[in-house]
Amino acid sequence: MTELRQTGNPAQPILAFDNLAVSFATPDGPVEAVRGISVAVGEGETVAIVGESGSGKSQAMMAAMGLLAKNGRAAGSVRYRGREILGLPARDLNRIRGEKIAMIFQEPMTSLDPLYRIGDQIAEPIMAHRRLDRREARARALELLSLVGIGDPGRRLRSYPHQLSGGQRQRAMIAMALANGPEVLIADEPTTALDVTIEAQIVALLSDLQRRLGMAIVFITHNLRLVRQLAHRVYVMRAGEVVEHGLTAGIFASPQHPYTQMLLAAEPEGRKRPPPAGAPVLLEGHHISVAFHLGGGLLGGPAFVLHALDKVDIALRRGETIGVVGESGSGKSTLGRALLRLLDSEGTIRFEGRDLRALSAAEMRPLRRELQVVFQDPFGSLSPRMTVGDIVTEGLRVHAPSLSAAERDRRAVEALADVQIDPAVRNRYPHEFSGGQRQRIAIARAIILRPKVVILDEPTSALDRSVQKQIVELLRRLQEEHGLSYIFISHDLAIVRAMADRVLVMQSGRVVEAAPTEAIFTDPREPYTRELLAAALLGETRAGMA
Amino acid sequence: MTDATVLVATSGRSLWSDAWRRLRRNRAAVASAVHLAVMTIACIVGPNLTGHPFTTIYEDYVRVPPSLAPYPQPDQIEPALVDTLKRARLELKSWRLDGDRIAIEATATRPIDDRVTRYLDRSSTFEEARVEARSSDGLAVTLSASVRRLLFLFGTDNTGRDLLTRTLIAGRVSLAIGLLAGLVAVVIGVLYGAISGFVGGRTDEVMMRIVDVLYSLPFIFLVIVLVVFFGRDFVLMFLAVGAVLWLDMARIVRGQTLSIKRQEYVEAARALGVTNAGILWRHVVPNTLGTVVIYMTLLVPQVIILESFLSYLGLGVQEPMTSWGVLIAQGAKNIPSANWLLIFPSLFLTTTLFALNFLGDGLRDALDPKDR
Repeated sequence: MTELRQTGNPAQPILAFDNLAVSFATPDGPVEAVRGISVAVGEGETVAIVGESGSGKSQAMMAAMGLLAKNGRAAGSVRYRGREILGLPARDLNRIRGEKIAMIFQEPMTSLDPLYRIGDQIAEPIMAHRRLDRREARARALELLSLVGIGDPGRRLRSYPHQLSGGQRQRAMIAMALANGPEVLIADEPTTALDVTIEAQIVALLSDLQRRLGMAIVFITHNLRLVRQLAHRVYVMRAGEVVEHGLTAGIFASPQHPYTQMLLAAEPEGRKRPPPAGAPVLLEGHHISVAFHLGGGLLGGPAFVLHALDKVDIALRRGETIGVVGESGSGKSTLGRALLRLLDSEGTIRFEGRDLRALSAAEMRPLRRELQVVFQDPFGSLSPRMTVGDIVTEGLRVHAPSLSAAERDRRAVEALADVQIDPAVRNRYPHEFSGGQRQRIAIARAIILRPKVVILDEPTSALDRSVQKQIVELLRRLQEEHGLSYIFISHDLAIVRAMADRVLVMQSGRVVEAAPTEAIFTDPREPYTRELLAAALLGETRAGMA
Repeated sequence: MTDATVLVATSGRSLWSDAWRRLRRNRAAVASAVHLAVMTIACIVGPNLTGHPFTTIYEDYVRVPPSLAPYPQPDQIEPALVDTLKRARLELKSWRLDGDRIAIEATATRPIDDRVTRYLDRSSTFEEARVEARSSDGLAVTLSASVRRLLFLFGTDNTGRDLLTRTLIAGRVSLAIGLLAGLVAVVIGVLYGAISGFVGGRTDEVMMRIVDVLYSLPFIFLVIVLVVFFGRDFVLMFLAVGAVLWLDMARIVRGQTLSIKRQEYVEAARALGVTNAGILWRHVVPNTLGTVVIYMTLLVPQVIILESFLSYLGLGVQEPMTSWGVLIAQGAKNIPSANWLLIFPSLFLTTTLFALNFLGDGLRDALDPKDR
């Protein structure tokens, strides 16, 4: 790693932000997203900009590339090789943008045009900037696809984006960005939407490309682990300001600013207290299978059957937390929905000895009070046109219809206070809250009914690390106070370790390993479990080597 | 927790109030809203203030051009006088305008009855006619009458009715049909679309195929059938137009519902044990309303145009009641001789349609979730 550190030379930056400020005009007055940051990127250097959501890290890049929303305004200066590019007319900017400075985005699903083949999408900027004909451009596209390590690049050239997996799409995006041999690659959270094992591959690819092509990379992320193994230097941003910057090793060894220290310490700590021995089994699933029939409608051809869940067994005891771990598509969320009877499934599901699958929707309704759920997306799981008070008390309307409005309101105040949300805000609407606050509201909605089992479907995945830590602590406290049992679905092993008594590792709809939490972490038996662990703990092991 | 229960809840900004604030900053939308409000008020109270009932025919003023000065104009008095006296079999000797009253000397070949004044009273130019003096043989008479001063700001139509009053009355009909038929379409469409999309499966298939079948029926044919069976009726118009336009609304709402029902808040409600009706009412329908409001502002002009078209064909409102469509149809026939008959009603119609479209545009911007 030491030879990497020497390539950067911030004294003669290729890209320099000097006192860059970005503000947005909103109905509530101007919002300052970036408050005068100075960042220098040397030739062939990888610079990481780290910060949580809302720290302004992405907006600074958008401003540099002239991509701000129309109510945004940038001040200060951004220089590429000494030339001011801030406020350059689009025509001049395009000569730099895409050719000298390329950008890749977070969401590979939406950054590619679904109507064009991958090959054409990569060839287009090449033809635009280099005046090559179609055949030469295609040859170059093929070359690029092999460069970013897509298997069978000749076939992928003719594929449409939806035929590619998330990791392949991100590779294709990188290929597009590399098309004109840029000197600077801005990667805006390029791995956030990907599974951990894919994330590790993309990071490895980027650092490999950087070494081979000698370009500078500006790597924007909220994930400190990635920064540690990739970047030469780190800038830590908070609320639009750079609070600390320096060499990666220095930042990690002795963080100066309390915010950096907090970010570094934001891994959830502590372990869950185990449930009493011999606690009764509350919720039990035996051989649960779920199959989705795709296609085949009135005029469609034969249906394609997708086995999302294949003979899964699970048994949850009172006071216990079972962590369900796996990558996207492994069936872990399907398992949660099947247990809640939100999906039809085969096999038996017993709750306190009653077979849930034999119950009709109406018979199931009283039991729903005992079985609650918290979803991943704090923005999608609260109805935008209902007040927080109405959202939290909706379950009471169903299960305690005799309660008066005043009584319901009192319960809402209690539940909100329980999740540390100021109850005075209960007449506000979800969009006025941050992601973490929304997730607390979703938790309040689940616990107001005093359930016995709560299924937590990736409740922390959409949140910043520091907020994740708070939610984990909140969930653990609620479990102790109310004697809850959790099924905790997550792809994040660090959080599962802090929450769960036992872990089920899932892959392609099957349980590949089921063991007590510590055993999974100290002595993983299955190769897939080891792979997951290696990807998740990459930063720590590399740091140990350095 | 007792101290928390007495907490005063602060009120929040709903998405609607946010949208309202955005809308207020959109000048075109605000101007359109003001225009629509003024138009509505004018159409409701206006006809009572113009001084002309919308059915009254002024024989002397057939197709007079719009004017800011009251009728009769000085050069119109004599022809009107000659005309009226001829009907009374009198011959005009001389006349003199004295303030508001006119003094007339007339002769006849036979003795003149006192009741000749009625001829003057019956005309639309004069009133309060009196016999002032008569000659001893009864063959000459001095009459006096006051001249009626009538204001026709928009001129008059082919039968001599005040166009301003009729345009405002027509506005009542057009706006009422637009609003009511729009409302009918929205209510049916939202319920139908939300149920179809939410229940899904075979129900959805059947319900949407019914919509497809209705789509394939020729609209005019449908209206003619309705008119034949139930006779011409104002209320029937609402029903006919609304019954056709809810189809679009149902499709739009169904599409919205399909995406809303996959939202996690709907799944969360299901997990809470909320009934389907509760989910539909509390979660699905409120979240479709943004789109519905926008579509409604585009639907209303469509209805107004449809009504105009039907009236033009003679299937809509009937004389002496009128609508903008009817007035425009009549005006179109008189372009060479009396273009004001076309200009004023079409000005009212087009500005209203413009305003509705601008307002719809502003609402779309204001309610666009991407701007949130």
